[in-house]
Amino acid sequence: MKNTQPETGAFFPRDRDWHPKAYTPGYKTSVLRSPRNALLSLGNTISEITGPVFGHDMLGERDNDLVLNFAKPGASAIGERIIVHGRVLDERGIGMSGVLLEFWQANAGGRYRHKKDNYLAPLDPNFGGCGRAITDENGAYSLRTVKPGPYPWPNGPNDWRPSHIHFSVFGYGFVQRLITQMYFEGDPLIPLCPIANAISDPEAIKRLVAPLDMANTIPFDARAYKFDIVLRGRRSTMFENRPEGN
Amino acid sequence: MVQSLDFLKESPSQTAGPYVHIGCVPEFAGIKGVYPDQLGAAMVNDKTRGESIVITGRVIDGSGTPLTDAMLEIWQADADGLFNSPAELRGTADPNFTGWGRQPTAGDTGVYLFETIKPGRVPFPDGSLQAPHISFWIVARGINIGLQTRMYFGDEKKANSEDPILNRIELNTRVKTLIAASKGNTYTFDIHLQGENETIFFDI
Repeated sequence: MKNTQPETGAFFPRDRDWHPKAYTPGYKTSVLRSPRNALLSLGNTISEITGPVFGHDMLGERDNDLVLNFAKPGASAIGERIIVHGRVLDERGIGMSGVLLEFWQANAGGRYRHKKDNYLAPLDPNFGGCGRAITDENGAYSLRTVKPGPYPWPNGPNDWRPSHIHFSVFGYGFVQRLITQMYFEGDPLIPLCPIANAISDPEAIKRLVAPLDMANTIPFDARAYKFDIVLRGRRSTMFENRPEGN
Repeated sequence: MVQSLDFLKESPSQTAGPYVHIGCVPEFAGIKGVYPDQLGAAMVNDKTRGESIVITGRVIDGSGTPLTDAMLEIWQADADGLFNSPAELRGTADPNFTGWGRQPTAGDTGVYLFETIKPGRVPFPDGSLQAPHISFWIVARGINIGLQTRMYFGDEKKANSEDPILNRIELNTRVKTLIAASKGNTYTFDIHLQGENETIFFDI
């Protein structure tokens, strides 16, 4: 840990043209769930720049190992064994330590362990589909899992989600909170996906596609994919107006 | 030519989808035994200082239907107006209060419920005091980027009238969408995604 005070600068504003818009009719569920009024733009106060801390001591040994964390003793999840790893950075390129990442995904057949998922593909008795990690001092994280399968979903008459892993990311300030999805290099379903295409800028979609990483692939065991995540950066507090004076 | 600013772009948001529970509140999805506890489920314990309150409500879509697959997170100061966060440099918050909560909306009724305490007032950057409030973050299937809003307290009329953010809202008629109705120690805060009573959402 660095022996310096935590940063308290306001976060950079979000680029709302880079993120998906609220109303994206190609993704039908957004139609009734998208606010129609303009967002109210405000500067950060202490309510926004603060956030809770998650300690490494809360993690169990297998929290980031979806191959084993729901499996019976001696068993493991069915599917293509993969490792996903990367760093959490802020927009200034600074590695962020202590960031809580939570993952969830379908099993290798494209089925979620959730009461609302009734897709034909079977559940895997040894796969739960959730995991979590906290970034190390350089902002790095990793998880081991099986590659999730694509699955059909009721939107258009024949829509299929590309293989993806959901990521929930908790940075330092409550307004850095982010949920996103990781896709896999080379998946032909990505350009067809109404949810990926809710993002209008193709460059932005690319940031969610993890490349195959042969350098970190473990021979005869598991392929690796690299997925970096960027959270909002923040202003330096130099020359900031302060109520107590400068 | 000039140097490049070299800032990275924030990772674009994607919807939390209908199965957000698996990752964030796995017990609610029926997945037991992976984690010992559910993060954000308990904000208080029996030593927490302050006035115990319940915050409850629904997240309602443009057809008037409550969402049964949403997840909410809240963040707030303790009873003295201090945050349990490393970026809180004004003092040390109540160690028996996390300030952060996470709850799904119920799979049948769509009702969410937080057990917490009433927050103290915290300063605005100009040094004036904000009215007591709780920051909300709402995600669900069909919501492409998490929605940010705030809840204020219906029984804090004087503080609300002085609040620098509430006073900045031009459309005065919409301010009421941020104010929870109080009855005893229970505050009801319905979040309307669309329609006549659409909640004010922030870009903050």
